[in-house]
Amino acid sequence: MKEAFKRQFTRFTLCLSIALPLAQGASAAEPLQTIGTGEGVLNVVAWEGYAQDDWVKPFEAATGCQVHAKYAGSSDEMVALMRSGGGNQYDVVSASGDATLRLIYGHNVQPINMALIPAWKNFIPQLQGPEFNTVKGVHYGVSYEWGPNTLLYSTKVFPTAPTSWSVIYDPKYKGQITVPDNPIQIADAALYLSKTDPSLGITDPYELTQAQMDAVSKLLKGQAGLIKKYWALASDEIQLFTSGDAVVGAAWPYQTNTLQAAKVPVADTIPTEGATGWADTWMVSAKAAHPNCAYEWINFVTTPKVQAQQAIYFGETPANTLACKEMDAQQPGACAQYHGDAPASYFDQIKFWKTPRTECGNGQNNCLDYTAWQRAWQAIKG
Amino acid sequence: MSAPLKALSSVAWRRGWVGVMSLLALPAVWFGGLYLAAIGAMFVTSFWTVDDMSGALIPGFSLVNFKALLADPTYAHIAERTVFIAAAVTVTDVILAWPVAYAMVRLSGPRLRAGLMAAVLIPLWSSYLARVYAWRLILSHDGVLNWALAEVGLPGLHIGYSNWAMWIVFSYLWLPFMILPVAAAVERIPPSLLEASADLGEHGFATFRRVMLPMALPGMVAGAISTFSLTLGDYVTPMLVGGEGSDFIGNVVYANVGVTNDIPFAAAYAVLPLGVMAVFLLIARKMGAFDAL
Repeated sequence: MKEAFKRQFTRFTLCLSIALPLAQGASAAEPLQTIGTGEGVLNVVAWEGYAQDDWVKPFEAATGCQVHAKYAGSSDEMVALMRSGGGNQYDVVSASGDATLRLIYGHNVQPINMALIPAWKNFIPQLQGPEFNTVKGVHYGVSYEWGPNTLLYSTKVFPTAPTSWSVIYDPKYKGQITVPDNPIQIADAALYLSKTDPSLGITDPYELTQAQMDAVSKLLKGQAGLIKKYWALASDEIQLFTSGDAVVGAAWPYQTNTLQAAKVPVADTIPTEGATGWADTWMVSAKAAHPNCAYEWINFVTTPKVQAQQAIYFGETPANTLACKEMDAQQPGACAQYHGDAPASYFDQIKFWKTPRTECGNGQNNCLDYTAWQRAWQAIKG
Repeated sequence: MSAPLKALSSVAWRRGWVGVMSLLALPAVWFGGLYLAAIGAMFVTSFWTVDDMSGALIPGFSLVNFKALLADPTYAHIAERTVFIAAAVTVTDVILAWPVAYAMVRLSGPRLRAGLMAAVLIPLWSSYLARVYAWRLILSHDGVLNWALAEVGLPGLHIGYSNWAMWIVFSYLWLPFMILPVAAAVERIPPSLLEASADLGEHGFATFRRVMLPMALPGMVAGAISTFSLTLGDYVTPMLVGGEGSDFIGNVVYANVGVTNDIPFAAAYAVLPLGVMAVFLLIARKMGAFDAL
């Protein structure tokens, strides 16, 4: 009797564990048909600087959806937050391209009905259905803003802008370098090596074989001895440059804007090797408790006005082409400064973050997946 | 006292075990239901795995996490660093605590003694984070330390964001937890023994080494349990004042839970400090740390 129950119980839990993910997949396949009345609350996971009062307050006044924002310091953290507590704690997330596919294949986000997003048709063509948020023609998110990862330097130490990423691997600046504490940082080194050591055969910095990873790890382990601190939050890097502990490092334009506003003598540049970058997507949780507010939010932040505010605040480029005029209205010359009118070639030269997978893109399956990248990063940091 | 309370108290009086049980009930639920259950869950989880793309936990029995920990020397290295700094902090605090404890108990009048006690305890009233951030400002490149060194014509020190910084900050943070038990232990040494030692011709240092030190040993070990375990489990101080190569076991656990979402791997690594503490407590018991309890 006891045995029979045990067997039945095992069978039951087995069925449940197989059926549950399928059920999740099915429920996630039905996008919203119309935007109904807002639920009064919206829980947001966002990058620092993505939920500023400048546009959150007007949004709350216009829709009645109270915004609760949770900032995340890395893509990994965003994925973990969206999966925490059964996946219904947060409604929307501003995921970068190295998180989006993980959220899609993890059934953590739901398809978006683009008919309900009027601004979408004004996006630059590259962001109307990019492969990092659109799978088999199904849109799992709405593109937002994009930009390059930059080389930040002290103008006291570098009177002229460095032209190569080599300065962050240079023993001359030992103990004065800072880079993000983030496994995706491996791609920056891979991009640098793809230009300086073509014999390695790196064609895509996110598709690395074990041999290529070994070469990149070697460069980064050499760099580890030169690092002052691996920064986890943008505010960490800002403090390092303010106190003079760091004089050169990898950064986002946001840090440059904040430091220059505080009169710290710094500037940033994109060296000749090119740059990695991010293209962010607003995605809606598969189990969002407030889907109507989520759609209202996406529509609000893709309007030219908010796109321009966000672009100027963070120092990045809007997806909506109509934002250019708004940017110049808010701050003369801003559209050109933040590449709002840049040609497609500028977009194409940035190697946007994406999730490393075992599929190499060239038909081979011998590339390292993201777990391997994370382990490699821990080994580099020591 | 109201009637029901009175009735209860008389029951507890007549049957002693009722009183004991009712006093122990809440802590027992806490210890058994929450603490032991959590450790058990952690231990079980350490044999599970995670689906890479979906992030879902896969229950089962797999040694893959432990194999990964053993295969990569990084994790042994991080464990060594954690234990080494915890030990260094403990030794530093013992050395710093002795003069303070001795002055407090043997050399001060009641008023000075109360003042010293307050001075030791007051830092504990402010937030741990505020004190760590304060050290970050003191030790940074253009911080108070380098300013003071420049004022007296000495070259600046580059110890902000380094393992040196962690050692200093940890030693500062946990010092009160060493001073209190050492002071209590010194107080318990009968003055007659010290006089006897002097009468027999021992000078000051020999008395300290051969009488006071052995008698205060349980107090020192009790303090060491605090300083060692608090350092061993910390991850905030390494995050804030550490530099390159400053990750602790706690940082790897934190990164794997909150950032990477690889909870089984974190659980596997978290088993290690449990073992370290078990060995430490066994040695502490041998040295008599629990005799005074």
